[in-house]
Amino acid sequence: MYPSRFRYEAPRSLDEAIGMLHDGGDYAKVLAGGQSLVPLMKLRFASPELVVDINNVPGLDYHRADPDGTLHVGALCRHVELERSELLKTYQPTMAAAAPLIADPIVRNRGTLVGSLCHADPQGDWASVVTALGGSVVAQGPRGRRAIPIAGFVTGPFQNVLEPDEIAVEAVIPAAKGERAGGYLKLERRVGDFATVGVAVAVETSGERVTRAGIALTGVGGSTIDASAAADALVGGPLTADSIGRAADLAAEAARPRTDHRGSAEYKRHMVRTFVTRILGRIEPAQERAA
Amino acid sequence: MTVVYEDLGDEAEGAVPIRRIRFSINGKKMIAEVEPRLLLSHLIRRGLGLTGTHMGCDTTNCGACTVLVKGAGEASGRPVKSCTMLAVQVDGREITTVEGLAMEGAGGPGGVLHPLQEGFKEEHGLQCGFCTPGMMMAAKALLDENPDPTEEDVRWALSGNLCRCTGYQNIVKSVLWAAAKLRPESAG
Repeated sequence: MYPSRFRYEAPRSLDEAIGMLHDGGDYAKVLAGGQSLVPLMKLRFASPELVVDINNVPGLDYHRADPDGTLHVGALCRHVELERSELLKTYQPTMAAAAPLIADPIVRNRGTLVGSLCHADPQGDWASVVTALGGSVVAQGPRGRRAIPIAGFVTGPFQNVLEPDEIAVEAVIPAAKGERAGGYLKLERRVGDFATVGVAVAVETSGERVTRAGIALTGVGGSTIDASAAADALVGGPLTADSIGRAADLAAEAARPRTDHRGSAEYKRHMVRTFVTRILGRIEPAQERAA
Repeated sequence: MTVVYEDLGDEAEGAVPIRRIRFSINGKKMIAEVEPRLLLSHLIRRGLGLTGTHMGCDTTNCGACTVLVKGAGEASGRPVKSCTMLAVQVDGREITTVEGLAMEGAGGPGGVLHPLQEGFKEEHGLQCGFCTPGMMMAAKALLDENPDPTEEDVRWALSGNLCRCTGYQNIVKSVLWAAAKLRPESAG
């Protein structure tokens, strides 16, 4: 399968890339990892007239934490870098859990977190993770840079708010106010398949008390579901069997699953409840962690 | 060298956006003129005539078309699904295909088999053989990084490659066989 005919540019700087997008108008697409865009172009679901390949733009392949703990993931940071990241392992358990579950190992060599957010597939794993963490996407265009919270970034299936001449240059995860805990669990029929159900949980604790919580769901609705009511049920008190059970029930209620070849709606809802319980149940109280 | 492009009838022939790229394949430097929509897999199979790289699903699932691509400044090539990369994207990069394995082992084409190829032979790692080139290239990348993988490591590294004969057991054994052969202590 071939994509339709298009012009191709491989700029060497961000400014150059933005200029090309500006001139290319509505028919230009940014190519980063290409693991979603190239298949879409081959299937002719996307037929851009201009493809701006940013793979030769230096300085976009980073992921790093500021001294205050704010995490930045550059537009060319591949999934594999996040999978192997010591930084995430020590300090960002939700992302560390999700990275090895994205697509398959070969796709992870090319695909990027930022690209996945831009692609806005309702079954994308990273969108749930970034939603649970309250992250945002930084866009850069001819009029400067702006940060867009993830909730407002994705406007629908495969749609985002980027202007035609803007590039998503990084994703930002805010610093934790307490100690971070959480995880990501994904039910898939085989490696590389889309999630039958995915659940991202991120909590911050201070002492025994949960100070912030985020829960987001993959694959059980028309888009990523922010199960904020479930997360709110955790905040303010310690993690107990009761609070975990309540959050799991609320998350299952927030799910909007449909019966399809991956499973029945009832089964998927059940798995949401199970995954929320499982992730939260694995979090040890702060004192035990310190001991 | 003859280059043929599809005439879509709706544009002047001069408007076909051709790009000249330089790359190396299995150690050999090349220049190619390609349309941007040409896939890497097609450049390899049709442009270069290296048909060892197979096209299976053409939808980024099966991994039969896996080749190694190494960018400037990278220590070793990473496996990529060549049906999901544009040929123009390898400009300035180094590609290794399954044909490059034997060359690496022997210093010339058609020479001594690479330990991975030997391993697949010894452990019956192929049945129909269609997925084999992709399996070998994914395995090559694993062994380059981790010379002493566990069975679990091998299964993880090959989890993006499908074998329709479901001969996974022997594929994993083959890779472990190659790993053992490649380790320095087995040299004597």
